[in-house]
Amino acid sequence: MKNKKENSTLLQIKNLKIEGFSDERWHKIIKGVDLELKRGEVLGLIGESGAGKSTLGLAAMGYTQPGCRITGGKIVFDGIELTKLTDYEKRKYWGNRMTYVAQSAAASFNPAHRLINQTTESTIRAGLKKQNEAFDEARALYDALNLPDASTIGERYPHQVSGGQLQRIMTAMAMSPNPDLIVFDEPTTALDVTTQVEVLAAMRDIVKTYGTAAIYITHDLSVVAQMADRIKVLRYGEEVEEAMTRKMLKSPKEDYTKSLWSVRSIQKPEEKSKDTILEVENVDAFYGSFHVLKNINIKLPLGRTVALVGESGSGKSTVARVITGLLEPKAGCVKFKNSELPSSLKGRTKDELQKIQMIYQMADVAMNPKQTVYDIISRPASFFAGFTGNNLRKRVIELLEQIDLDESFIDRYPSELSGGQKQRICIARALAANPEVIICDEVTSALDQIVQEGILKLLGRLQKELNLSYIFITHDIATVKAISDEVVVMNEGEVVEQGLKSEIFAPPHPEYTELLLSSVPEMDPDWLTDLLNARNS
Amino acid sequence: MHPVVKTVLERLALGLATLFFVSLIIFSAIEMLPGDFGQAILGQAALPETVAAFRAELGLDKPAYIRYFDWALGAIQGDLGTSFSGRNASGADRSAEVVDKIAPRLWNTLFLASMAAIIAVPLSLILGILTALYRNSFFDRSVNTATLTTISFPEFFVAYILILFFASLNQIFPSLANVDADTAFGERIYRTALPAFTLTLVIVAHMMRMTRAAIINLLASPYIQMAKLSGASQTEIIIKHALPNAWAPIATVIAFNLAYLVVGVVVVEVVFVYPGVGQLMVDAVRTRDIPVVQGCALIFAVTYILLNLLADIIGIVTNPRLLHPK
Repeated sequence: MKNKKENSTLLQIKNLKIEGFSDERWHKIIKGVDLELKRGEVLGLIGESGAGKSTLGLAAMGYTQPGCRITGGKIVFDGIELTKLTDYEKRKYWGNRMTYVAQSAAASFNPAHRLINQTTESTIRAGLKKQNEAFDEARALYDALNLPDASTIGERYPHQVSGGQLQRIMTAMAMSPNPDLIVFDEPTTALDVTTQVEVLAAMRDIVKTYGTAAIYITHDLSVVAQMADRIKVLRYGEEVEEAMTRKMLKSPKEDYTKSLWSVRSIQKPEEKSKDTILEVENVDAFYGSFHVLKNINIKLPLGRTVALVGESGSGKSTVARVITGLLEPKAGCVKFKNSELPSSLKGRTKDELQKIQMIYQMADVAMNPKQTVYDIISRPASFFAGFTGNNLRKRVIELLEQIDLDESFIDRYPSELSGGQKQRICIARALAANPEVIICDEVTSALDQIVQEGILKLLGRLQKELNLSYIFITHDIATVKAISDEVVVMNEGEVVEQGLKSEIFAPPHPEYTELLLSSVPEMDPDWLTDLLNARNS
Repeated sequence: MHPVVKTVLERLALGLATLFFVSLIIFSAIEMLPGDFGQAILGQAALPETVAAFRAELGLDKPAYIRYFDWALGAIQGDLGTSFSGRNASGADRSAEVVDKIAPRLWNTLFLASMAAIIAVPLSLILGILTALYRNSFFDRSVNTATLTTISFPEFFVAYILILFFASLNQIFPSLANVDADTAFGERIYRTALPAFTLTLVIVAHMMRMTRAAIINLLASPYIQMAKLSGASQTEIIIKHALPNAWAPIATVIAFNLAYLVVGVVVVEVVFVYPGVGQLMVDAVRTRDIPVVQGCALIFAVTYILLNLLADIIGIVTNPRLLHPK
């Protein structure tokens, strides 16, 4: 089946319509999309959450998630009309001629089985190879994907390897039956940038070597630029535009496509400040016997933003826990306006608590779903700021206006709000206490680009109006550039460097900062190739 | 030491500690029973001196904590004391060792429990897997309704219905399960069939529904979707991908029901006149035969603790995170 001539069409989707069932009725998810894929070609599907890109990617395999149905159109894979087949018939193709790489490798491997058995499961089931033959080839694939201990790593269980390794093993699993089509569904979204580079490179090489056609789904334009020959932009289940990668990056036609990288256009000029409002001095902290923070020193200038940057596990969120008093440090202290704060939450006075507020990454889980917007915001306004009765209601409305929402939101529940609105309510809740310092922990990470932009602009405006100081925890360099005055780079519980934004982003860098900065994908389709060449030389 | 061995040893130590506390509770609970054994046996007319002498003979005049240690030390060595019954006012002593009284009864109870378990456990697992596989089908609904029906009736009712159909109307099995030490093995199985069926009907629902729920709960996992997309059939998904991750909750429920088979079947024993531990204990309470009551209670506690320990161990060894640490 491999010998069919190049450039023939492998997959053709015509006017596909898919509906999903929720809230007691059917909603349209895909509203008549066409898609064509040639053999050996990589197509990038890009869009924000809810654009229907995952649904379309799965539909390319003739699969719909439980609760979804195909209501019209055709999916023709190598001459076979998939919408007419039963699941029983489609199983012959799944895991054989078409395979899938999921977003969260950690959740997508069965915890009960060894990796090599899972890698080769579908190949052996389809009768393509015998077990030992398939195992040998899987080990060769592990090696080709630059996995350490390629000959033995397959004997391990999923929890025994790292996320980046799992994602590569899942790619090996998808390659094992030597399929005609692989659907990559946000395969690097859950990974740190430094890990992402290796995984992207491994995936790109292997797809090229085997000449496999692929659909690459992501919300990150700079990632898709590295992977895809052609890009299709989706929004609300409809195609916005489609073009060859280079052409799309150079001259996107639609406004929507242009807006997708709008965050990158926010640039805040950095400002110095003489006064320091908050200081973390020589802090050491432990989780049990694990040394999470090692002699941390951070200064927050008054009315400015310090961005804490680092990968997962670098200790950024732990710094926030120490500052707020949720975690008592073993050594060192936190000073607010030159006076030392009690290290534990219990030891702090109401006044001290009021000054420092937090906003979290997951706005959904940071709010009680059974409370209305009024309940959520009024609690700190009465507890800390002492508002009561009619004044309290006025204050809540005033706070809502500050975050660009109006009075009509006051009786809504969190479930009736969009992701961006939820995060705005969390900001209002923090403001209700009249704080001087706000710690923002990955507050834009779960949001789409355009919504992110709105939140970042709001935070910037509030800073000016209220002279707030922010500690902004993030792993996203674009966000750092957009909002910070100073930057603190963290790695493995230590501060790698701290300084003004312009100093940190200007070379020369310490080794880790260099690795971190260079790993952030750029919109240039040659970025990955150039980077790998530069690193290898 | 392998962490699994360590965890198992920890659980074992915890089990022993539990047993110690339970023995304290059993002892104090019985201390608090109203009435006096001496008075009860000798009658209201007995002289106070006679009662006192009788109490002294049984050691009931010693302080409670000494009696507890005597009893506990004996129990550790397998000696549960001497039964109070068999003594009477005339001073004749035909009393037996508690162990000798309990042992044949316990053997009967374990025999009946094993029979019920051998039928019920595989049956519930198979039904649980099948209902998960064909969930929301007619088959699923009928099995669920049927098992819920049998668990909803009182045990004695189920027992009498079975007697009606299988012993009275159709004389397939005997309605009385009177066995003794001399009953042959095959005959024993034949006679205990109806009580075993009764118990099966009572416990299947719980285990089967847990198996079904544990499996269905996992079907929403991303790795199940992954298995589907790699071409696995429904059966393969349930048996190979869901079941291995579902053992821990299933084992807990099975252990709970097996413990029930040993300690909670007195009603069924009474209906079928089956000489098990449950009846022995009820009789002993009535006659204030304290050593026997204590002995039975202790055996029940050991059963619960051991079976739960077993369920814990199954939970641990089927969890690769614990079995194969990083």
